[in-house]
Amino acid sequence: MTKQEALFKYTLRLGDNALILSQRLSEWCSNAPFIEEDLALTNFALDMIGRSQALLKYAGELEGLNRTEDMLAYRRSERQYYNNLLVEQPNGDFAVTMVRQLFISVFEKYYYTEMQKSSDEMLAAIAAKTLKEVKYHLAHAEDWVIRLGDGTGESHYRTQKAIDDLWMFSGELFEMDEVDSKLIAEGIAIDLDKIRPLWKAYIANVFNNGALQIPQDGYMQTGSRQGIHTEYLGHLLSEMQYLQRAYPDAQW
Amino acid sequence: MVGHMYTKQEVLDYLSVIADPEIPVVSIQEMGMLQDVIISDSGYEVILTPTYTGCPAMSIIEADIKALLQEKGISPVKVTMVYSPAWTTDWMNDTAKEKMRQYGIAPPMHSSCGNMFMAEQHVHCPHCDSADTNLISRFGATACKALYKCNTCKEPFEYFKCH
Repeated sequence: MTKQEALFKYTLRLGDNALILSQRLSEWCSNAPFIEEDLALTNFALDMIGRSQALLKYAGELEGLNRTEDMLAYRRSERQYYNNLLVEQPNGDFAVTMVRQLFISVFEKYYYTEMQKSSDEMLAAIAAKTLKEVKYHLAHAEDWVIRLGDGTGESHYRTQKAIDDLWMFSGELFEMDEVDSKLIAEGIAIDLDKIRPLWKAYIANVFNNGALQIPQDGYMQTGSRQGIHTEYLGHLLSEMQYLQRAYPDAQW
Repeated sequence: MVGHMYTKQEVLDYLSVIADPEIPVVSIQEMGMLQDVIISDSGYEVILTPTYTGCPAMSIIEADIKALLQEKGISPVKVTMVYSPAWTTDWMNDTAKEKMRQYGIAPPMHSSCGNMFMAEQHVHCPHCDSADTNLISRFGATACKALYKCNTCKEPFEYFKCH
């Protein structure tokens, strides 16, 4: 694998994470518990679609096959997607969405802070921009997880259940393969082993403030680095890609 | 073929009238989005910094720039988005902030280098200037704004967030 190929795969993975979570969050549009929350979740989705657009555009340039960001988003099947399994998980109830968001936003806070120092100028520039947005996502998710955890018996039960159910998807955030090791050596990628203890400490502190328990690390789900996904991604893509699949090259 | 009939300053002056579609009283220049115009043999390249990565106004601004310059006979025009250095509300000048306030949007107050969540505590009402305001939601009708209400004049209003 050349450096260029590794960078393409790495950038694609980052773009896919933002794109798939954006699609999931946008499903809350008109379904959130109240109007301000509807706006918040769709604002998150908008930030992420902007980020994925920048990343997939760059990935297309690195690949050199004239694939645009739209082609990468709408013309790949599930086995060609490399997003973490966590982002494709269904929204569930509001607690599930907020716990998922907390896991991801804490990861992204540390990840994009480091990425600002990447020797790849484009990734460093996108990281600086992304980090400003991630801070707002994190503050929101953190507020809600504490409020729900330390709220009523029902909200506490649902939030703890969401944590217990989603925990097995958290290990994959920190998985690295030959793409990572090649780019870490170049000063481009981030060593995720360094982020893991920071992530866990931050999460543990939020849980502590919300009277929530951190689960024991047990079996961790895996597969996305090889393009193997949970059953949910195919359904998500069938909706997201419908228009371009039914009417190829349709323009807005 | 480009005849180099326009100088960089002339093009920048034309572009200074292009408004932010979400806040029509403020121009993209006053917002700090308009970075540069590069004139070369291949044409005129307008360099913009997006405010938020996903801001839908960016594609409208791009179309407005192209339409305006075409009208002036300036072509070919290419609009390029640059992400670095990242746009910050610190680039917004005082004139822009005052226009924004008169339009009914509380302008960003503190430097984005400071704690952006501290700034949220001290937002003044753009209608009556009262400091007795409450944050309703950090997220509003556009990515850049938060929702507030004023406890003095009881009016709801938007605050342009530090970024």
